[in-house]
Amino acid sequence: MDALHEFDVIRPKTVAEMLAARKAHPASRLIGGGTDILVNIRRGIEKPPVLIETNEVSELRTIAADANEIVVGASVKLAELAQHAAVKARYPAIAEAADSIAGPTHRNMGTVGGNICLDTRCIFYNQSEWWRGANAHCLKTVGQMCHVAPKSKGVCFATFSGDLAPAFLLYGGEIDLAGPDGARTVALRDFYIGYSKQDGSTGDGRNYMAIKPGEIVLRVRARNVPGLVSAYDKIRIRKSIEYPVAGVAAAVKRAGATLADLRVAFTGTNPRAVLLDGTAALCGKPFSDATLAALDDLCRDQLMSMKTTFTPGTYRRRVATVMAKRLVRRLWDTAA
Amino acid sequence: MAKRILSFTLNGKRHDGVVPDNMLLLDYLRERLMMTGTKTGCDGGECGLCTVLVDGTPKLSCLTLACSVEGKTVETIESLERDGRLAAIQEGFHLKLGSQCGYCTPGYIMAAEGLLRRNADPSIDEIRAALGSNICRCTGYVKIIEAVQYASVRLRGLKAAA
Ligand SMILES: Cc1cc2nc3c(=O)[nH]c(=O)nc-3n(C[C@H](O)[C@H](O)[C@H](O)COP(=O)(O)OP(=O)(O)OC[C@H]3O[C@@H](n4cnc5c(N)ncnc54)[C@H](O)[C@@H]3O)c2cc1C
Ligand code: SF4
Ligand code: FES
Ligand code: FES
Repeated sequence: MDALHEFDVIRPKTVAEMLAARKAHPASRLIGGGTDILVNIRRGIEKPPVLIETNEVSELRTIAADANEIVVGASVKLAELAQHAAVKARYPAIAEAADSIAGPTHRNMGTVGGNICLDTRCIFYNQSEWWRGANAHCLKTVGQMCHVAPKSKGVCFATFSGDLAPAFLLYGGEIDLAGPDGARTVALRDFYIGYSKQDGSTGDGRNYMAIKPGEIVLRVRARNVPGLVSAYDKIRIRKSIEYPVAGVAAAVKRAGATLADLRVAFTGTNPRAVLLDGTAALCGKPFSDATLAALDDLCRDQLMSMKTTFTPGTYRRRVATVMAKRLVRRLWDTAA
Repeated sequence: MAKRILSFTLNGKRHDGVVPDNMLLLDYLRERLMMTGTKTGCDGGECGLCTVLVDGTPKLSCLTLACSVEGKTVETIESLERDGRLAAIQEGFHLKLGSQCGYCTPGYIMAAEGLLRRNADPSIDEIRAALGSNICRCTGYVKIIEAVQYASVRLRGLKAAA
């Protein structure tokens, strides 16, 4: 096998050591399970001089999930999150999303921090060096154009495909970050800045996170809402091991015949995880076919799928919408 | 570039070596230690052929840095037979024809071994779920599931008899 490019590995045991290592090596990258970044390194997409491993930082290896709040450390393994009894009971969409990621062996390796920061994906990008080279590369690396949208005027449409983000978005997710300028907490909604046409964001598929140089994700947190029931669904080309063609997280609160709360979020559709705007306007009324028709309109307006995977963008958007409507209908039917 | 002394338990024995930071566990096993039982089948994380147990848990050695197993326990396909006798899971793959070309077999066996240690009596769905990171182009999977079921029965039989 080809050797990897030369890099050094630092294996800190505490957050303080991690931050110090990051400060000493500004061009370093973090590595958790390596199930994303090592693939990119093997394909010559990234060549960081230093990798800082997050797995040995035990203070980031904890999960707390009570009736009010869930707090998950960045070094927690996906399998640990998926199997956590309190997460399954209280935040089912989060546990189901974790359980749907890649395959079982990947979930023993992949971390929550790595999933939140997962690189955006595109069939013209997730390829070997010679494949990309034969195609004159593209904007996301060193090329001059976007092969998905040649008239994109410098915008990359690579798709955000992490499954945890939409599930956390349902519960008003936030991220604790630490970096050279200290610690801060950012709403997950504001953390993902990948371009989508109606929000005027400055980011795109290349620049998809509002993370500052040297910053580290420490924890992801979210707050419970009494009575909210949630679930996660996803379609992928191979059901047992694959990135999402589209993933949807939904949460519903029912008050008799009235829809009291509705939240829907997506992955695999845009260069960002999308929390659907406008669902609040469908609440406070009886749930009906009109609710689902209105949901369909919101999806059509806000999901912006391009042909960054094997399926056409229109298929991705349509299937995401169908999944969302089915999931909301199921949650409504099962909600008390 | 940094190199380091690496100490870990490999197939039940303490192992010390020198490893460059940028070396994958897969390459360390196959190319340094000439333990070629663990296979490589893709350019990163897509086939499961390289599965080994780290502290008893299935991991992909093609996406594991060798230096990260410091102090841990690594088990490969070479660890399973004892004094010329196949382990239950190997016998299962042999007798139930869970292996055709055999290239995916070490990865399947290690993933299945990880499952059987956690859950001695897995259902078909649990077997399917646990082997979801592995790909086989020959068998059509049915025979692989039968191989794991065989091993489960044999292991539980042996335990009951003991
Ligand atoms: C075959 C295959 C299928 C997959 N399918 C899916 C899927 O269905 N859904 C899905 O979501 N993912 C999928 N993945 C990707 C991956 O397994 C998971 O997303 C996993 O959670 C990534 O975590 P990691 O720790 O392995 O990430 P790493 O590769 O270690 O890191 C990923 C990125 O996050 C950064 N990072 C890591 N930790 C931190 C931190 N604490 N702070 C800041 N940045 C950090 C890294 O620098 C890197 O850029 C798949 C991967 C493979 C190989
Ligand atoms: S969307 Fe365009 S620029 Fe972005 S990775 Fe794909 S081809 Fe490259
Ligand atoms: S060699 Fe294919 S997953 Fe490791
Ligand atoms: S036996 Fe040939 S790939 Fe599985």
